[in-house]
Amino acid sequence: MDVQKNIKEIESQVDEAVKDVESSKSLYDIKMKFLGKTGAISSLMKNMKDVPPEERPTLGKLLNSLREWTEQKFTALEQKIREKELKKKIAAERVDVTMPAKAFPSGSHHPNTLIKDELVSVFSGMGFEVFEGPEIENDYYNFTALNTPADHPARDTQDTFYLSDSLLLRTQTSAGQIRVMENKKPPIKILSPGKVYRSDDDATHSPMFSQMEGLVVDKGITLCDLKGMLDEFARKIFGEDVKTRLRPSYFPFTEPSVEVDVSCFECGGKGCRLCKGTGWIEVLGAGMVNRRVLEGCGIDPDVYTGFAFGMGIERIAMLKYGINNMKLLFEGDVRFLRQFK
Amino acid sequence: MKVPFSWLKDYVDIDISAEKLTEKLFSCGFEVEELVEIGKDISGVVVGEVIECEPVEGTHLSVCKVDCGDKGVFQICCGADNVKKGIKAPCALAGATVYATAKDHVTVEGVMTIKKGKLRGIESEGMLCSGVELGVNGDMFEGGDYFGLLLLPNDCKNGEDVKPILGLDDYIFDIGVTANRPDCQSVYGIAREVAAVLGKKIKAPDTSYTEVKGNYEKIKITDLAPELCPRYIGHYVKDVKIAPSPTWLKKRLALCGLRSISNVVDITNFILLELGQPMHAFDLRTLEGREIIVRRATDGEKIVTLDENEFTLTPENLVICDAKKPCALAGVMGGLNSEIENDTTEVLFESAKFARDNIRKTSRSLGQHSDSSALFEKGINEYTTELAIKRALHLIEELNCGTVTNVHLDVTTEYSKLKQKEMTASVSKINALLGIEVPAEKMKEILENLDFKVSLSGDNMKLVIPRFREDIDGYPDIAEEVIRFYGYENIKGTFLPSASITNGGYNDEQKAELKLKDGLSSIGMYEISTYSFYSPKDLDMLHIPADAKERKAIKILNPISEELSIMRTTLAPSMLNVIVRNLRRGNMEGRLYEIAKIYISDKLPIDTFPKEHNMLSLGCWGKSDFFEFKGAVEKVAELFNVKFEYEAAEKPFLHAGVTARVLCDGEEVGYLGLISPEISHELALERAAFIAELDYEKIKSHTQTFKYRPLPKFAEQTRDLALYCNKEITCAQIENEIYSACKYVTNVKLFDVYHGEQIGSGKKSMAYTITFTPKDEPIEDKVDGFVKKILGNLKFKLDITQR
Repeated sequence: MDVQKNIKEIESQVDEAVKDVESSKSLYDIKMKFLGKTGAISSLMKNMKDVPPEERPTLGKLLNSLREWTEQKFTALEQKIREKELKKKIAAERVDVTMPAKAFPSGSHHPNTLIKDELVSVFSGMGFEVFEGPEIENDYYNFTALNTPADHPARDTQDTFYLSDSLLLRTQTSAGQIRVMENKKPPIKILSPGKVYRSDDDATHSPMFSQMEGLVVDKGITLCDLKGMLDEFARKIFGEDVKTRLRPSYFPFTEPSVEVDVSCFECGGKGCRLCKGTGWIEVLGAGMVNRRVLEGCGIDPDVYTGFAFGMGIERIAMLKYGINNMKLLFEGDVRFLRQFK
Repeated sequence: MKVPFSWLKDYVDIDISAEKLTEKLFSCGFEVEELVEIGKDISGVVVGEVIECEPVEGTHLSVCKVDCGDKGVFQICCGADNVKKGIKAPCALAGATVYATAKDHVTVEGVMTIKKGKLRGIESEGMLCSGVELGVNGDMFEGGDYFGLLLLPNDCKNGEDVKPILGLDDYIFDIGVTANRPDCQSVYGIAREVAAVLGKKIKAPDTSYTEVKGNYEKIKITDLAPELCPRYIGHYVKDVKIAPSPTWLKKRLALCGLRSISNVVDITNFILLELGQPMHAFDLRTLEGREIIVRRATDGEKIVTLDENEFTLTPENLVICDAKKPCALAGVMGGLNSEIENDTTEVLFESAKFARDNIRKTSRSLGQHSDSSALFEKGINEYTTELAIKRALHLIEELNCGTVTNVHLDVTTEYSKLKQKEMTASVSKINALLGIEVPAEKMKEILENLDFKVSLSGDNMKLVIPRFREDIDGYPDIAEEVIRFYGYENIKGTFLPSASITNGGYNDEQKAELKLKDGLSSIGMYEISTYSFYSPKDLDMLHIPADAKERKAIKILNPISEELSIMRTTLAPSMLNVIVRNLRRGNMEGRLYEIAKIYISDKLPIDTFPKEHNMLSLGCWGKSDFFEFKGAVEKVAELFNVKFEYEAAEKPFLHAGVTARVLCDGEEVGYLGLISPEISHELALERAAFIAELDYEKIKSHTQTFKYRPLPKFAEQTRDLALYCNKEITCAQIENEIYSACKYVTNVKLFDVYHGEQIGSGKKSMAYTITFTPKDEPIEDKVDGFVKKILGNLKFKLDITQR
């Protein structure tokens, strides 16, 4: 019974070979020695053809059980070794999770972009589209069509940068209103953000700044609607409890015109440094669109009414973030910029 | 606009405090920007009578016993030269506050609190005061300018507070008046609003006078420029006696910050303040031909104004002339040649309306401003022009300083506004605009308080508009008047109940811009915003040649300064300036971007709308190298969904070896590079700085709409190739040849470059990973063939071999 002897021998060879195995790689090599295509067990199997046919069934059984025994042995060992290896790996790769994080580079939008975006999202929910007109305007769009005739004090060259007799840097985004109304029939609900320019340069004025203009023209629009919309704006931008107050003012392109204050969101209206003790903060100008402006754009003021409002984006940014100097917004100092995440 | 409380009370019975009135004015659109209490620094000063006065030997001092009525009798040491027994003077007792003056007795050096003390060893329990120490000048109170004691009238009660006596219990309202209300640029104008807001009757200023008829020598007025002078009224006053004004008049002027000059001049200044009508008084003897001609100046004509400045005029300037020469710069200032003198006996008063924009232009172009020009610029109404001349004549009579003749010359023109405007307004339309229901009767009451004549019939209101209200134009103006007094607190928010539904939000282009910003911010870049204008020097800084297109910038005709005088044609100087500023402030690294316009015109100076072209600039300084910065540019390509190609280029401000032109589908769309060593040196940059400028709009035009590409059905294959080539051959050349050799190549990535002795000088080794993407069948078996083809192509085109 050579074969049986062989089997015994292989069994002890296997036991001997795996005795000191540590890694799954060497275990695999050993496994191949016995179970691989040219391995010891496979060779025995191949020799079956030399065995007389009557002995083959018995011998086959023996060989099969040897293979099963060997396979099980290796499987069990593999599992054991893998667990051991895993433990080692984990131990080796352990880190001090309390060490500081590596900075992920991330920049930021300019505060003006943040505010503009916030305003657009508030008003686009109310159905406002965004329209951006040109910065270089002519006399007509910036003044005449806005009911500011040639002899009006607002035309003063002290405030307006002129590029030619009739071309100028727009002093207000209201100029865009006219372009919209000329090309679009009511209902109109637009927001017009953009840069504007005035010949003013001190701590609270910059020769370039940004405005956001809003315009609604439709049937039956009232001053109460303006108030309602601004209430909503104030709540969304400055906080749930913030209220608005209208008071009379004057703009050539609206009538009646109002100045809009919001209750101070720092002190809740009790009076503090931000609101200079008054409890209110001036945030924007607004009013019912002047009939002459509508007429000039070919909109029948006896059928349609509307309101417009305009605010300084920098002013809102300064109020909301507590920025004390407007110049900071245009200096590009990274220590300033990186705060606006 | 400064309005004294006491003066307002001449026209309206005001029974509320100055603070309360401030609130009332605010509610109807007149913001009191500052409420100034005249005597706010003065307290505890009472009337004191000097009952004993003994000089102190060897000094200039006197020891006085001062009777302060119910406050007691005090010993006070006084150094004034007019102190003597029997006088009454303001007496500051211990704890009182008064102004401290310098040795000159005139300059105020702050507020001091009086304490008991000793002067030269003599007990002194207080201080007798001068006008300056109480903030009172000679116009406010007789004797206020004297450097010694301010003497009080004998009928003052000892111990009484001096503030009411000296007018120090008054307030000045500094009121912001909106541009539509020039009629409120005066004390009386504000008084009209005060009367309306308090619901009180207004007491009009007295304008009565009696004309003395006579056969006077003829005076002639001709208006040759009616478009600039719609109305001119002159009135002849004779037997003028120039003298000081009475105290009440001096005091009124003083409260508004004007010094008294003489009765006739003070009358014109008083009316300017009271009614807002600038007036002028000509010394008639200086008017040649006893004639006034209102005309445009001739080119080069000269005038010397009252303040002795000479101006050379143009036909854009309006002048008031006599038969021969200009005597006043209309609406701005009188001429020196016709000034009122102490011996003036005949005066021609002028009350006129001049076109506001003309006065503004003259005042600006000559740099000559006055209270008068300020009022004319805002706009004068002819109702007031008429009222003012009458008021002046009344004052002449009241002050007894001349004889009012019956020579009244009123020149009206086709530009005059003589008629009272009428209009109708619908109550329901007003309410429809406001969104609330104000009762018709309430509207009537409000409007009548404002001097409108109102007749109501049903929904219809017939209105006669007061002549001074030139701002009233249509029913929305009436709506504003109504709500101003009905109260804005009655406006309750509604949410567009009648409006159509509209769809809002950004359009696709605006969304794309925001996406670009999001993308750049997400890789560590900060967005900046810089001015749209800069200086030609900023282009010099970048060594931009004189004939470069960047120099063709649109000029601002009236810039604030040279620094901000041209519209930018490139964003690069702005970006570089920000980098320089950051480095100087010790910010040693950073990455920035800006999306902004440049302004391009084919023709200069411009006569039509120029192109406003969106650009994107990137900047980076500190630790980054060129390729990291290029990564930011590549990010832009990714965000636009385009592919950029690069080739070596040169720019006047960039390092000649580290600069690339950026191409998109073969079109040049920008550049990136390192700031040149020369400029780095000139600006003392402590770190390497990179700048890129990309044409936002050109790139946008190449953008492909995003479409999903189906995944390949078979696995992609990659091969690494190390290539041996001439040093001059660029990475882009090799990449292009690899792509062009095989249509299955979808990515070529350089992973190693080697120069060194091993491969010889003039040579380099470049190692690439090439990705092959299968189409409809697996390509495992074909890849070796592809590689052979690629190597063949590289050998043939660029003489490149495999290492």
